[in-house]
Amino acid sequence: MSTATEGPQLGSGSVFGRAILYAVLIVFAVYYLLPLVIMLLNSVKPLDEIRSGNLIAPPQHWTLQPWLSAWSEAQVGVQATGLKPYFVNSFLMVIPAVTISMVLGAINGYVLTKYRFKGDSIVFGLILFSCFIPFQIVLIPMAKVLGTLGIAGTVPGLVLVHVVYGLGFTTLFFRNYYAAFPTELIRSAQVDGAGFFRIFWRILLPSSGPIIVVTIIWQFTNIWNDFLFGASFSDFDSQPMTVALNNLVSSSTGVKEYNVHFAGAVLAALPTLVVYIVSGRYFVRGLMAGAVKG
Amino acid sequence: MTATSTTATEPLVRPRRSSAFRRGLQDWLPRIVLAPSFAVIVLFVYGFIIFTVYLSMTSSTLLPRFDFIGLGNYVKLFDLPNWWIALKNLAIFGSLYIVICCVLGLLLAILLDQKIRGEGVLRPIYLYPMALSFIVTGTAWKWFLDPGIGLDHTMHALGWTSFHFGWIKDREMAIYTVVIAAVWQSSGFVMAMFLAGLRGIDTEIMRAAQIDGAGPWQLYRRIIIPMLRPAFLSAFVVLAHMAIKSYDLVIALTNGGPGRATELPATFMYSYTFTRSQMAIGAASAVVMLMMVASIIVPYLYSELSTEREQ
Repeated sequence: MSTATEGPQLGSGSVFGRAILYAVLIVFAVYYLLPLVIMLLNSVKPLDEIRSGNLIAPPQHWTLQPWLSAWSEAQVGVQATGLKPYFVNSFLMVIPAVTISMVLGAINGYVLTKYRFKGDSIVFGLILFSCFIPFQIVLIPMAKVLGTLGIAGTVPGLVLVHVVYGLGFTTLFFRNYYAAFPTELIRSAQVDGAGFFRIFWRILLPSSGPIIVVTIIWQFTNIWNDFLFGASFSDFDSQPMTVALNNLVSSSTGVKEYNVHFAGAVLAALPTLVVYIVSGRYFVRGLMAGAVKG
Repeated sequence: MTATSTTATEPLVRPRRSSAFRRGLQDWLPRIVLAPSFAVIVLFVYGFIIFTVYLSMTSSTLLPRFDFIGLGNYVKLFDLPNWWIALKNLAIFGSLYIVICCVLGLLLAILLDQKIRGEGVLRPIYLYPMALSFIVTGTAWKWFLDPGIGLDHTMHALGWTSFHFGWIKDREMAIYTVVIAAVWQSSGFVMAMFLAGLRGIDTEIMRAAQIDGAGPWQLYRRIIIPMLRPAFLSAFVVLAHMAIKSYDLVIALTNGGPGRATELPATFMYSYTFTRSQMAIGAASAVVMLMMVASIIVPYLYSELSTEREQ
């Protein structure tokens, strides 16, 4: 099948028409960039400049104080620790959660595509649906179970929650990827006497690079950005970054330090933004795999 | 995605130990390996769903209680004005969110599909909000729309003193600010889905239509947009289930206010369960949310999986 690389040209293709086209596209680019630019600009402004001036004016007196304050001084919850400990919490939560859910998802994807057993499509269907449930339906029993296990309000508790509810997507990603892998190679390796794990380790894993990257990005972004589980299952000393940011911004005591809020918001966005900029192509692929194929 | 298999160069042959136990183990290994994940999902997803459904038929308040009282809580739930506010807000927010994201996404995809120089720069700019947390998005738009320091204030400082935009503080209009922020975050993603759809259309069909004398507008209206049906369907399913689950954005942007003006089912569930100590009502609202999501997702997954099997 021959596919189009570009659609049919709208307008007459005149210089004027092209100019309008580019103008519209640039206006939209400004629309998407504006909130980020405003956050950045106002995170390096003194507070009185925000109050007296306007949000889109560049700072007259540059200052990094809001960033320092957001990082290590601002009042978050009851303590004036800044966002630093919560930033660390988020990494302590994200790294094991992504790793464990990915390893399990890879093995599940391998089993679900290369081995047939009774009821395998029902198993997959049940795993797949679990990706889309509104998490409100599991909040109450999960709180009880975490309490019973003695890990309520801890980072390991959050890791468990994110592994459990990330499994569906990691399994889906690896399953769709391995479905395109030639099964004959697996069969001939079996004939040669290679066992279950040896086939996975030597044949599938070496060619899994792209899907590993897609899965890491997807899981990292989702778990870092999660708020509901963080707000429901963490204590003051185990809160992730999103919850701490919300506490910082919505705390009603004292002067509203908008510049500190903006710096904090950019700090919370930074890890996922960096991932996106470094590997945007894989990020899009993950979104598509989660949506179109899912 | 294409999988290459050039890496398995080492000989995989090993001296065979053909013991029955080993062969039996190899037969069972796939199931044994899959079992823990499957057990976890059965317990933590489906077990928990059953638990919450049961809880919604008890008289639980601050703590779970296990006395069965039937469907009374659902009757109570649908008698609560707050729940109706949440449903009405979800209807307004959800429909506008889906429609505007689709229109904007399609427009941007078509415009980007016109041999644009710099597409590689524009596309990631349209899409990056999707990488942000809704808490970050909510914070940015909360202050941007705040009359005290945001758009209003900025326009006044620039000399347009009669300008007024106070939707975020207005009970009637606040829900639309949630739409504005949510559309900003998700429309680039819908653009990417439509662009992928546009790039996958067979050029032969387009060429045939062009030979028949169809102009570019007609071509889009009659042929190309109708062929994007699968992309529309995916976009609808993704956006609809995101709308039903919306929680973080409202918390960060308006915290459900002013008053209850931006209350959604997700914020209703949380506050009734955890702060108002009406756990059974909260559980009932969660069950209703699950049913809404299931009514969209299940038919979609079913059709996706059955077309996959046909191929």
